[in-house]
Amino acid sequence: MDIVLKSKDITQIVEKCAKWISDFPASDAPIAIIGIRSRGVFLAGRIAQVLEKKTAHEIPCGTLDITLYRDDLNDPHSTQQPQVRSTEIDFDITGKTIILVDDVLQTGRTVRAAMDAIMEFGRPQAIRLAVLIDRKGRELPIQPDFVGHHVEVSPKHKISVSFKESDDIDQVVIE
Amino acid sequence: MNRTTNKFQWTRKHLIGIKDLSVEEITYILDTAKGFENLSTRSVKKVPALRGKVLVNMFFEDSTRTRNSFTLAASRLSADVVEFSKTSSSVSKGETLLDTARNLEAMGIDIVVIRHSAGGAPVLLSRSINACVINAGDGYNEHPTQALLDAYTIREKRGSLEGLKIGIVGDIAHSRVARSDIWAFTKLGAEVILVGPPTLMPAQVNKLPVRVSHSLDAVIEELDVINMLRIQFERLGGNPFPSVREYSHFFGLTVERMEKAKKDIIVMHPGPINRGLEIESEVADGNNSVILDQVANGLKVRMAVMFLVSQAAANQDTEIKTTNPS
Repeated sequence: MDIVLKSKDITQIVEKCAKWISDFPASDAPIAIIGIRSRGVFLAGRIAQVLEKKTAHEIPCGTLDITLYRDDLNDPHSTQQPQVRSTEIDFDITGKTIILVDDVLQTGRTVRAAMDAIMEFGRPQAIRLAVLIDRKGRELPIQPDFVGHHVEVSPKHKISVSFKESDDIDQVVIE
Repeated sequence: MNRTTNKFQWTRKHLIGIKDLSVEEITYILDTAKGFENLSTRSVKKVPALRGKVLVNMFFEDSTRTRNSFTLAASRLSADVVEFSKTSSSVSKGETLLDTARNLEAMGIDIVVIRHSAGGAPVLLSRSINACVINAGDGYNEHPTQALLDAYTIREKRGSLEGLKIGIVGDIAHSRVARSDIWAFTKLGAEVILVGPPTLMPAQVNKLPVRVSHSLDAVIEELDVINMLRIQFERLGGNPFPSVREYSHFFGLTVERMEKAKKDIIVMHPGPINRGLEIESEVADGNNSVILDQVANGLKVRMAVMFLVSQAAANQDTEIKTTNPS
């Protein structure tokens, strides 16, 4: 078990990501952040918080559950069954720049599902992808716009992200 | 695309009744239904979860709410729906239930929603066909999705059913809703009190996990929830009560009676309402009434059930494929 990121690294990445967003040209569409359940939600919340302090603007922040948009619903390769949970996007996304936030980007399938789901809430001006960890193994042509940390490990390893909000500790480990 | 580890796994590809379900299973359906909460308010009221699946609504008895609710729930999940009714089908030419179902299955049906006047029809069906079977009411036996939406509605208002006193009033004997409700409510920790004249109580009511009262006035003060059932005139034989007026006088939920009840009592009714008979219009449309919430929640619960049974079916298929590679 290797620790890849510690609490202070995660905090730094959140700061960096908030800066990346606040450096968008002022002419761009208004920003909204959407976190993918489950760990992406905490990350999205933290980024929104830092960004709000920086810009003194309220940043709309939503939660997306992609279970109903998964591409393996009819062909579950594992008995691991996804639990459907609520999607909470209580603002109009049309015309906004959506920052889509997730913890680990690997195959790109979650992001594909998330983009399909977002489109059904309206027509955003743009969707940008921010991830904490980028690891190899893409199966779809999807690339992130912001990466907190690149990890090169073989597919048999598991990257496990923990956040204080749900796991009592902020860290990323390879198992 | 995996991450969340759930201890609980839903494995049933049929929903036949609440009696067989564990507390975990009931809770899991209700939690899943919560995930469908905001679907009705967004701009595209549809998710692709059951895209390419076909559901048939086999209704051998009349229904507006349940049938439309299942149809709409299926469309929200992107399934295709085939409507089937007794009068306009070959059933009127003498085809049996199983033959009808097998024929429909041969056309590639994935989910059968069945309502039938004979208790046990859904079980029979689930044993003979490969598709998922969802019971939408069988005889006097069960109406599981109604009980689930009732439980969901109470949970939404009170957070939990634990320790609540729930009265079910009226024609218990002919009510499949009452039976399913009894199982769901008691499993989730509520106390159920059946209220009605002795002639409308089921045989062997003492074997059910309930208290029985023959006077609504005697129990109304202690109830947290009151579920008013419709007098099912189409099913009544003999004379269970002297007159409709007398029934209404003793067991109707009137404004006057509501004054004796707790201020925050939840008033439920599975519909269709006979206004002025078992419930006065002022009460049915009043602040304590959740009758329309029940209808809205029915949609969420039915989406959850369809999603879960079809996931269980998909999982079983892959298990079969991996255990016998042919």
